Amino acid sequence: MDVYRIGSGAGYAGDRIDPARDLAERGRLDALVFECLAERTIALAQQRRSQDPDAGFDPMLEERLCAVLPACVAQGTTVVTNMGAANPEAAGDVVLRVARSLGLRRLRVAVVTGDDVLPWMQAHDVPLMDSDQTVRCLDGRMVSANAYLGADALLPALRAQADVVVTGRVADPALFLAPLMHHFGWPADDWQRLGRGIVAGHLLECAAQVSGGYIADPGYVDVPGLDAVGFPLAEVRADGSFVITKLDGTGGRVDRLTCTAQLLYELEDPACYLQPDVVADFSGVTLQEVGPDRVAVAGGEGAPRPERLKVSLGYRDGFIGEGQISYAGPGARRRGELALTVLERRLQKAGLVGLEHRAELIGVNAMHGPHRGADREPYEVRLRLAVRTDSRAQADRVGQEVEALYLNGPAGGGGVTMSTREVIAVASALMPREAVHPHCRILEL
Amino acid sequence: MKIRDIALARSGDKGNRATLSVIAYDPADFARLERALTVERVQAHYRGVVLGTIRRYALPHLGAVHLVMDEALAGGVTRSLALDAHGKTLSGAILDLPLEPEGA
Repeated sequence: MDVYRIGSGAGYAGDRIDPARDLAERGRLDALVFECLAERTIALAQQRRSQDPDAGFDPMLEERLCAVLPACVAQGTTVVTNMGAANPEAAGDVVLRVARSLGLRRLRVAVVTGDDVLPWMQAHDVPLMDSDQTVRCLDGRMVSANAYLGADALLPALRAQADVVVTGRVADPALFLAPLMHHFGWPADDWQRLGRGIVAGHLLECAAQVSGGYIADPGYVDVPGLDAVGFPLAEVRADGSFVITKLDGTGGRVDRLTCTAQLLYELEDPACYLQPDVVADFSGVTLQEVGPDRVAVAGGEGAPRPERLKVSLGYRDGFIGEGQISYAGPGARRRGELALTVLERRLQKAGLVGLEHRAELIGVNAMHGPHRGADREPYEVRLRLAVRTDSRAQADRVGQEVEALYLNGPAGGGGVTMSTREVIAVASALMPREAVHPHCRILEL
Repeated sequence: MKIRDIALARSGDKGNRATLSVIAYDPADFARLERALTVERVQAHYRGVVLGTIRRYALPHLGAVHLVMDEALAGGVTRSLALDAHGKTLSGAILDLPLEPEGA
């Protein structure tokens, strides 16, 4: 039976490295995928690139590759990653440099680009999703525009037998779908199998979130060995069915609960999951526990791919100034409330009037507002004030006023932190796929 | 009894929408979960937090109820002023919802 073993080496840019190294060394993998691009990551990376033409890829690229490349090359495991972020070309050069420093004799790297569609977005007017405005309202503020490429963009790299495929914005599950399509020869219009490949990709793309991470609730959901939680892999068959599991000797758990939680994670309509390659239907997916830490996943359908591709637009959106200070002991909450009143009056006098803000007490109402649990009297509270401003100076003033509560506020405040940050926000739009031109360049060591 | 006694929850973000999956420990409890998690009850539970409409998807074969809540993330992760901009902690709040209406 032809089984393709595909593992997940990272579920976000800052993910742990040891479990990925373990998977690379002991997983007997055909492919290892690193998904490291959140919605805003690429916009921030684009800003770094604008200051330094050699920057803009994932800052942990080198460290991650050093950890896994020796094992992956020795075992013939293909590495696929979006760590190219806003600069896949420069990332490709880094991969070669790392390979040389590791003493590898040969390596083929594929750099897949084409997701950067900023010029197109600057030249066309299309509606923003979930908004009544259009892209033109971001004029002068847009810092990046990246189309979500599909698995089809990665296939030339895999056909060229690349050992490492590095790219920028590609739909997360497509990073997993591409090696499956390539290995099994799934046609690009085999919607059912593409849909199942998306099920596999979706279950794997957040790494430990399917193998025991982010689910423990002591006494209700217990997770053995959470400190050493292992990353997942899928054993995929030609029909698109697969088993999700993790390595023996790692912590965590893989069962119906962990797989269901990840299957539904961040989905809108489970029957209509829009992807560049297919509209996947998860509504009929079944999960069956077939052994310790082994879940068989079957079902999943697909419908023809959408005509347009989703684009993530990064834009400058003002500043956020924030300050925090703690109060503890009897009356902590009332002192925190008094401090908020004082702050409000001082900021008004400083001319910071009518700005969008949040004034709250952590431990009372910072998470879910005044209606949930805010009637309890906590031992300690942490005041938090965050204000959206047009200028950096106004944002700085917010933190300064919180800090001034030391000498000029209620009794016993301590542990002030303050910050000012420029906001890079993200909006979404759709564009015709014909206007997006993926490109694959091969680098050889 | 509360949701926490029969189910776990995980939330996620999609723009200014929060998704909330509630999954029964024992799939046989799906019907109780479905009865408890009506759109009206969930909307009331998250009043002041979820400002938009809520859509509900029932997945009996998975023992899960999946909720998609509009205007739940103060503008979305990338521009929100909230401490938990992703709305990750919204999952914790639903565990506190009584399975049966008060006084029933």
